[in-house]
Amino acid sequence: MADDLTIAVLSGKGGTGKTMVSVNLAAVAESATYIDCDVEEPNGHLFLKPEIFSEETITIGKPEVDNRLCDGCKICSDACAFKALAVVKGKLLIFPEICHSCGLCYQLCPQGALTEVAQRLGVLRKGHRDELVVLSGELQIGEPSGVPLIKALLENITGGITIIDGPPGSGCLVHETISRADFCLLVAEPTRFGEQNLALVHELVTLMGKPSAVLLNKTTGDDNPSRAYAEAHGLPIIAALGWDEELARITSAGALITEHSRQYHRYFFRLLDQILEEARHA
Amino acid sequence: MIIAVPAENQSLDSAICQSFGRAPFYCIYDTESESSRFIDNSAKEASGGAGVEAAQLLVDENVGALITFRLGENAARVLRAANTTLLKAVNLSIADNVANFLEKKLVDLDEIHSGYHHG
Repeated sequence: MADDLTIAVLSGKGGTGKTMVSVNLAAVAESATYIDCDVEEPNGHLFLKPEIFSEETITIGKPEVDNRLCDGCKICSDACAFKALAVVKGKLLIFPEICHSCGLCYQLCPQGALTEVAQRLGVLRKGHRDELVVLSGELQIGEPSGVPLIKALLENITGGITIIDGPPGSGCLVHETISRADFCLLVAEPTRFGEQNLALVHELVTLMGKPSAVLLNKTTGDDNPSRAYAEAHGLPIIAALGWDEELARITSAGALITEHSRQYHRYFFRLLDQILEEARHA
Repeated sequence: MIIAVPAENQSLDSAICQSFGRAPFYCIYDTESESSRFIDNSAKEASGGAGVEAAQLLVDENVGALITFRLGENAARVLRAANTTLLKAVNLSIADNVANFLEKKLVDLDEIHSGYHHG
């Protein structure tokens, strides 16, 4: 498996099995990179138990005003696309939690009253599990957006096989996560709710021109709305993983099913091969 | 004094809009001239920061008192910096709320919510 391929594992909702699929795919890939982009609640490290070799603080720039220089001209507040600035009685008010760190205000200020100040956003941890490089980002509690942290994580894609464990949903964080992906693996549950969220994330990856396929997780003998969606919308079904109490028990205990079961090791090894094949033809 | 009220429609008979930052209009009432006018809320469809933008709009109108059902913390910070009196609306028309204001029957807005920001 010498290919360079970045695979993003996604789902429209939480709890479908993204992390279980991601960590097991990474474990069977052996020499690969695993990136946990679920920065609001990273948990891949609980399964992969990497030996951490570096921890870096990620910061983000926010404006700070020098009131002695600011003359309340409103050029910055009128220009701010995110309305993170207001001027009251000639005094500038800054709302850092709305600010998107675009930097426009420093550029525009005729008085030079605004400066960029680094604010702690979170941490980026690098570790390894034998030949597998394990990266994860952890957003500081209270920070409204993990997008810059995801950007920092994705700078570490170095080639070979990269498995990205995506954040749930189909919002900004997911949008950023798949910006560097070559292929998106969507994990879906066999419920109406699962189907609706699959549709949202499928729409996003299609809009971004990313090839994708779905893994139907926790399937039973009953009707599967997610399968029906995939069939109706030309979304390739790469695999169907049946509901298995043993898999649930092992995963709940924070272990890798591929280490506990040769059958599952073969399953995930084959799945990775199928993804590489699917991506090659996409 | 100039009073502002978030309005559903451009009429004094209109109901007060339940939202502050996303209100379609604001009624601007001048107690000295006893006249009213309505302004468009440029922030009503903003993707974020609607509260700050709407509050700035009212501060620029020299509003001395705001009558509203709800107010987020960012908008409150802007309005408080301008020493705007924040009052709790009652479930009546804009005209009735203005009348209540003039009779000093309105109470201070005691609840400021933390906003509905999303990523």
